[in-house]
Amino acid sequence: MMISYEHVLGLSVILFFMGMFTVLTRRNLIMILLGLEIMLNAASVGFVGAGLHWHTLDGQAMVIFVMAVAAAEVSVGLALVVCAYRKTGSVNPLFLDEGP
Amino acid sequence: MNTFLFYILAAVIVVSTGLAITRRNAAHAVIYLVFSFFGCAILFYLLGAPMIAALEVIVYAGAIMILFLFIVMMIRIETPEHPLFPFSQLRPAMAIGLIYAATGLLLLFHQAAASRQPMAPATTPPEVFGYTLFAHYGLTIEIASLLLLVVLIGALHIGRHQPGGHK
Repeated sequence: MMISYEHVLGLSVILFFMGMFTVLTRRNLIMILLGLEIMLNAASVGFVGAGLHWHTLDGQAMVIFVMAVAAAEVSVGLALVVCAYRKTGSVNPLFLDEGP
Repeated sequence: MNTFLFYILAAVIVVSTGLAITRRNAAHAVIYLVFSFFGCAILFYLLGAPMIAALEVIVYAGAIMILFLFIVMMIRIETPEHPLFPFSQLRPAMAIGLIYAATGLLLLFHQAAASRQPMAPATTPPEVFGYTLFAHYGLTIEIASLLLLVVLIGALHIGRHQPGGHK
């Protein structure tokens, strides 16, 4: 099996850009959170590839903690989305601007 | 054959992620993303991390995406008619994307020659990984479990249904 480290990093770059594009342009709070998950997954791919390249287990240990933090952040983020929905009746982030 | 497996997986992951971010229906987007995470799990197995592959399926595709589906089913989202990628948002997104693409290309094309060689295949037995995790990263595990406890209490408090509005 011949996988070059450059190509694994290239896949991580492409996925991260897709996630960032989703966060920046979608007008749906749930899609913004999905973009965050895509970015975290892209970072995990980079970490595992780096772990194989340098023959160390630190990359995989980092992925464990990235997954734990992602799960925590999704829970709180979705609770906040439910809050915003109860307050404004929609998941459009533009409707959250209110007040003077 | 194994050489092509990585490129096939990369194509599947990129195409399904691209499909996921261009859907109007949030449930369709989540399903495509589950497909992408399964591809990433196989990729992790190919890169020598079977434990991370199993955890990706269990935690990411099996818990986080299901949580997204619960919220999508709970919240009645009206599918909007306005354009999916509004032009006013495209300009800052593309500006940041260009800066990021330049950084990414610099990262990729200024590597040492050793990065262009194929990586030696290796695999991690779960007991070795578990031992290393608890021997060297014990404190981080405790901090992560504390974080999960804090998030549990926080999400419970934020999501509580107060009659008559809540601050």
